[in-house]
Amino acid sequence: MNNGRRKFLKIAGLVALGVASDKFLGKQTLASAELLKPGAINKELKTAKPVAGERFVMIVDLRKCISEKGCTKCIDSCTKEHNIPDFGETKDEIKWIWKEPYENAFIDQENFYMTDKFENKMAPVFCNNCDNPPCVNVCPTQATWKREDGIVMMDWHRCIGCRYCMAACPYGSRSFNWRDPRPHIKQINPEFPTRTKGVVEKCMFCEERLAKGQLPACVEVCPVKALVFGNLYDRESEVRKLLKENFSIRRKPGLGTSPEIYYLV
Amino acid sequence: MLEYALKGNKKYWSWLLFLALIISAGFYFYLRQLNYGLGLTGMSRNISWGLYIAQFTFIVGVAASAVMVVLPYYLHDYKAFGKITILGEFLAIASVIMCILFVFVDLGQPSRVANIFLYPTFHSLMFWDVIALSGYLILNVVITRVSLDAELKHIAPPKWIRIFIILSIPWAISIHTVTAFLLSGLAGRPFWLTAILAPRFLASAFSAGPALLLIFCFIIKKLTKFDAGEEAVKKLSLIITYAMCVNIFFILMEFFTTFYSAMPEHIAHMQYLYVGLDGKTRLVPWMWTSAILSIVSLIFLVVPGLRKNKKILLTASIMVFVSIWIDKGLGLIITGFIPNPFGKVVQYWPTIPEAMISLGIWAIGIFLITIFYKIALSVRRVIET
Repeated sequence: MNNGRRKFLKIAGLVALGVASDKFLGKQTLASAELLKPGAINKELKTAKPVAGERFVMIVDLRKCISEKGCTKCIDSCTKEHNIPDFGETKDEIKWIWKEPYENAFIDQENFYMTDKFENKMAPVFCNNCDNPPCVNVCPTQATWKREDGIVMMDWHRCIGCRYCMAACPYGSRSFNWRDPRPHIKQINPEFPTRTKGVVEKCMFCEERLAKGQLPACVEVCPVKALVFGNLYDRESEVRKLLKENFSIRRKPGLGTSPEIYYLV
Repeated sequence: MLEYALKGNKKYWSWLLFLALIISAGFYFYLRQLNYGLGLTGMSRNISWGLYIAQFTFIVGVAASAVMVVLPYYLHDYKAFGKITILGEFLAIASVIMCILFVFVDLGQPSRVANIFLYPTFHSLMFWDVIALSGYLILNVVITRVSLDAELKHIAPPKWIRIFIILSIPWAISIHTVTAFLLSGLAGRPFWLTAILAPRFLASAFSAGPALLLIFCFIIKKLTKFDAGEEAVKKLSLIITYAMCVNIFFILMEFFTTFYSAMPEHIAHMQYLYVGLDGKTRLVPWMWTSAILSIVSLIFLVVPGLRKNKKILLTASIMVFVSIWIDKGLGLIITGFIPNPFGKVVQYWPTIPEAMISLGIWAIGIFLITIFYKIALSVRRVIET
């Protein structure tokens, strides 16, 4: 974070100095003239990290993912980590990660005669932790909000359970506690809070693990390394490299929500 | 003034007792819902708003429709509405209270409802809806109270009340507009994402609301000596006719844009409503009932010879009310969630506890209207004798 900011300030300072010297001295000082070769600033700005230091994103490599073969490792680890109940039915179910057929997850990208590989493909879906989250926009109590690093948070103590966020989410990523979840948690993880009935919940990129310097639980357990998590603002990060080298898609990009989960296909 | 509500014949008291019984049943089921959670309803992860929010949406329209008698009476000094304006305003009060109750029973954590005011969030339409509704409630309570008081004392109402009355006119429009914005501003729900939703809401409100008022006028005339007046009934029926024409016109505009543009995610919702989707057809008979009722009622209303017949007018009013109730109080909210964001069809139907809680709130509304109208009519009688 400091690095990015320092670099930005340095450039901003130099630009200001250049402008100032041009204006007041009528000529550029030697030092800035040397640095401000034509195109030099542009090049620096283009490659520099933005001011905010972190923007967490997830990459799902669908080419590697074996969820259609019955793998549920990511889902299981999430369930365990976050005390997600199992009611044994779908009406009240709570899901943070789950599998959807490719054509359902990417409903606006319907296509015919797809490669065999994608014919029966399943895609793991999560909360997209959108850059422009509609759920945050509609919440009447700010019980859900976006952090500077991009994670869309939930305050289970402030949520009034109006479910406006669920109506606003274009991805069906939010779950509501239609009844007391506690008796239906297989094994309670004391490290993570359980929820009460009447509040909304969703994936938050394992922010509690990030705070301890750990990767999200699903990323850690993926046996084929199909999930990659990292800082989009870090030029050297693996996520940046993957996005640069591969073709990626996002869910319903036309809605302007700017999802922070990229799928490699 | 409330003392007038405490004097009544046996019929009056047994009617109130009957309503109180329904209210108690609703309250019992609400306590069960409070204990178990909203899972007691038919709502699910996919259809996260159901009968409660749908009733809310419909009744906001009834509340807003008071403007249809308030505006001609106060702005155009249309004397014929002199007798029924107060009835319209009281209907608005009872409706807003029902609206607030329907939102309240829909909350997962009702004890935290104050959070809306503790953390006011200006970018949330829910916040503005709460402001609009509570403002409208206060306006109408003050207006009815002051004007009835003045009538009773045989004096002209104070001048300042006019400011409240004038303000209540755009305010009535605002409550239904904001309620439409609550839905029409969501990019992820194509069924509601239409700029005509707010105008459509107003058109349907201005037909269903006055239709209900007309039905009440007929009932009151039958039960008491109160007569709204030939002229007022005629004008009211004309308002219903025009509003219903506009309402049907707006619905047809929705059809055109949806089907001519042929965008799959817009068409899917309409298909679910009128022909069913993926073999799931739960709302289809309802929607066709609504469509037929609205067309037949329109014929009854548009043909002057039919409209002028009291029995046909009453039938048409009931048809308008039922048709719009199905359209708004059932189809509109639920279908926004069908198909779900993954294109899958998961259906919804209210459970018995959910229906009983809704019925209880309707009973509260009717209870309030009974009391309010009793007061209004008693005051009238006192003045006239």
